[in-house]
Amino acid sequence: MIRFDGVSVTYDGCVEPVLADVNLHVPEGELCLVVGRTGTGKSTLLRAVNGLVPHFSGGTLRGRVTVAGRDTAGHPPRDMADLVGVVPQDPRSGFVTDVVEDELAYAMESLGLPEPVMRRRVEETMDLLGLADLRERALSTLSGGQMQRVAIASVLTTHPRVLVLDEPTSALDPGAAEEVLAAVQRLVHDLGMTVLLAEHRLERVVQYADRMIVVPGHGQPLIVGSPAQVMAIAPVAPPVVQLGRAAGWEPLPLSVRDARRQAGELRRRLDGHRPPLRIVAPSAAAPVAEVCGLVVRYGSVVALRGVDVAVRAGEVTALMGRNGAGKSTLLAALVGLRRPDAGTVRLAPPTTAGDRPVGTTEEAVREARRRPFRSRRGSRVVATRSDDPAELRGTGLVRRVGLVPQDPADLLYADRVADECRHADADAGVPAGSTRALLALLAPDVEDGTHPRDLSEGQRLSLALAVVLAGEPPLLLLDEPTRGLDYTAKARLVTALRRLADAGHAVVLATHDVELVAEVATRVIVLAEGEVVADGPTADVVVSSPMFAPQVAKVLAPAAWLTVADVAAALQESVTTSLQAPGNEPAADPTRPSWWAAG
Amino acid sequence: MTAAASAAGPADEVSGAGALPRWLHPGAWWLWAIGLSTAASRTTNPLLLLLIIVVAGVVVGARRPDAPWARSYIFFLKLGLFVVAIRVVLQVLLGAPMGTTVVLSLPQVPLPGWLAGVRLGGDVTVESILFAVYDGLRLATMLACIGAANSLASPSRLLRSLPAALYEVGVAVVVALTFAPQLVTDIGRVRTARRLRGRPTRGVRGIAGAAMPVFEGALDRAVVLAAAMDSRGYGRTADLSRATRQISAGLLLGGVLGVCLGVYGLLDASAPALLGLPMLLAGAFAAVLGLGLAGRRSIRSRYRPDPWRAPEWLVAGCGVMAAAGVLVTAGLGLDGLTAQVFPPTWPQLPAPAVLGILLGLLPAVIAPPIPRSATAAVPPRPARPVEVAA
Repeated sequence: MIRFDGVSVTYDGCVEPVLADVNLHVPEGELCLVVGRTGTGKSTLLRAVNGLVPHFSGGTLRGRVTVAGRDTAGHPPRDMADLVGVVPQDPRSGFVTDVVEDELAYAMESLGLPEPVMRRRVEETMDLLGLADLRERALSTLSGGQMQRVAIASVLTTHPRVLVLDEPTSALDPGAAEEVLAAVQRLVHDLGMTVLLAEHRLERVVQYADRMIVVPGHGQPLIVGSPAQVMAIAPVAPPVVQLGRAAGWEPLPLSVRDARRQAGELRRRLDGHRPPLRIVAPSAAAPVAEVCGLVVRYGSVVALRGVDVAVRAGEVTALMGRNGAGKSTLLAALVGLRRPDAGTVRLAPPTTAGDRPVGTTEEAVREARRRPFRSRRGSRVVATRSDDPAELRGTGLVRRVGLVPQDPADLLYADRVADECRHADADAGVPAGSTRALLALLAPDVEDGTHPRDLSEGQRLSLALAVVLAGEPPLLLLDEPTRGLDYTAKARLVTALRRLADAGHAVVLATHDVELVAEVATRVIVLAEGEVVADGPTADVVVSSPMFAPQVAKVLAPAAWLTVADVAAALQESVTTSLQAPGNEPAADPTRPSWWAAG
Repeated sequence: MTAAASAAGPADEVSGAGALPRWLHPGAWWLWAIGLSTAASRTTNPLLLLLIIVVAGVVVGARRPDAPWARSYIFFLKLGLFVVAIRVVLQVLLGAPMGTTVVLSLPQVPLPGWLAGVRLGGDVTVESILFAVYDGLRLATMLACIGAANSLASPSRLLRSLPAALYEVGVAVVVALTFAPQLVTDIGRVRTARRLRGRPTRGVRGIAGAAMPVFEGALDRAVVLAAAMDSRGYGRTADLSRATRQISAGLLLGGVLGVCLGVYGLLDASAPALLGLPMLLAGAFAAVLGLGLAGRRSIRSRYRPDPWRAPEWLVAGCGVMAAAGVLVTAGLGLDGLTAQVFPPTWPQLPAPAVLGILLGLLPAVIAPPIPRSATAAVPPRPARPVEVAA
């Protein structure tokens, strides 16, 4: 169906080709999963299928790309529209109209299909993807999963034979991701559609794939094979596969169900071992921030209703819950972007914690004096002024609390990485070079002259993290940090967060990523409808939850194992004691890069 | 209702139950509103003007969907009040002396000789205030008519009914409309991020610092959108001969010019009669012909086009009747179109004008009711700003 013959792609101004001599054949009716680190040419491969590369992107494409016999050399993307449906990574940015029904009809209108055909296909497609109830809804009011389904439906109406999806679930919470993947599954099984799908979150999709394509990058040849074959040799793998490798299972399990059926023997071997505890004794650590009876409302919508949370030094707290549950609002209140409508948010008074000097708040006090009773909606701010994050500004804020927003690029302004670091030093009032040194620790492969926009997702996150950490804030907040990160970048982030917690920072993350939570969080708070519905040590909260349990926990329940590293350590311990991990550090993760050991 | 039922040919209008709920063609609402506002433009009689506002208001109340854009009637009314107020204030401060009934005597500021003719302050007369109120009211009424059309006709449906040749323009407008709110959220997000970095968020530096990231973001999105549109078949064209293209361009240009002149002639009572309706019709004809020719280049088809049936003709006709009533009054030389202010007298009500304007009320009944699901079509947007960086 899709055929690449000796395809090389070189973008203008680049010396090295992104793809070199790719030969690939995807037969009809397959769900083909494309994986690889960011920046290796995955997107280029996908966009070459309908001719966006090179017709739209520029650059040079050597070789031939044909879909059902139609050559992209002679057919620009608009002439492939009836054959290939392409769904962009962020569906929102690809919408042309403003109502669901019109959006579904748009592509057919462009192709000039007669009206009766359009009417019929719109109705059929709505039923196929369960959109009939949303027919007249404005696109801007849809949830993430609904938007993604509308985006898929809007390309399906032309009856393409190939569907190309670029990371369809990376921005979705687990429930919405299920919804979208179920729809894709149905297309493959019921309609025999050929699907090419790129995704970082292997744990979500690998069990559905018929074939995997690994794009290693740097012009190296693609690795193509069945998921089981590829997983056996791939450098990155979802936790369930890693668990299979650690336990020596053959064949490797790809889904929780496969693993669970083989896991009886492993569970017996783990009898007598206890999962390592990772609880910071609450009394030992001082609270870095305290939230009491916090109420935040947006008009008639109550985002948070009476939340009480204390965050302690050395703790990594994960905020979980569906979209709109109040996670982001809680982070916003902690960093003072949202003033409470009732209740208080207090940061610990600035002291010297250990040998770490904490910034002065002179500026903040000055600001507070200038506008002492600044309030919103009539509610007086009752917290001691300099302890209320909403009153802090400038250096005073940067040195008390830091937030890495969902899109780390928001924090970056400069044209070069080096300039960005210099500005961050100045903003935080720390000696020149501090931020650059931090960045070297977090991401050693970033070069000074690069434009922040040209960095990979992981590198950009590292830069934003370095910028925020320059002020050494005792409280660090991250909003959806793993969005768009590949496994390697995620492993780096996990290591960095662990080290920060060990160094006495309090870390709070709002995330949907259950595997990240399993790796790094010491405590989980689940929010729903603006209220705290669960709050406790990670294992207690997630193991029994169908939504928040990591794959390892699902396989090994009822025992409270969370990560492959813990299991592997326990297995090694049972074989020999000589290879045990030192100290209280968790055992070395097989996927963890070695560079961190030096830092 | 009976008129609609008897005149309706196609099946969806008949059946004893009367007109089935559906959306009226937005063009019909605009024609109706233009008719009313033409009527308003030719009179300063406050009673007639108020009557037009009430007529428009009643129709809006009867056939307004529950969507964000449907609230614009009230907004335009407020804008009209503001216009009247400004007009009166200007008249009081700067207006030339008029009439003799002084109600208030402001100190007059002596101005140098070369500013002769301009007066600052001085006596304020009833006549001058009334004149200003009537004049402002005329503009306010025309604004109310536009507001009514905005409330009744969904802007996106109107754009979709544009002729094929103007399709590109329509797309550009739709994209701009969806980009604008996105830009606002972007600005909020970037300002938030600046605060997180301890940078100023207000003042010149704050704005300058926020501008770059916002523009970069908008540009990125535009590129993604262009790619998405390209891969969905946007811009497929049929070949057209050079001569056809030139003829269609000429017709379009001439037509638009004719329409402009015609509208001017129609709105300005002092223009020669030939410049009015005949010019407008000739221009419109040429433009339609040109658009038709140019539209052949596009192979697009249209999904569920709004039909133009009996109710559309009737609604548009009601607007035309309102305009005609006022024009006939003027043609017959009847009194009452211009309000008397020297001395102020209670305005008369010329029968043809009143009748015409009252016909403008009919669409409240003859337009098909709006579809029931329209109330759920665009649920009220949750009144919360976008969450931090969400």
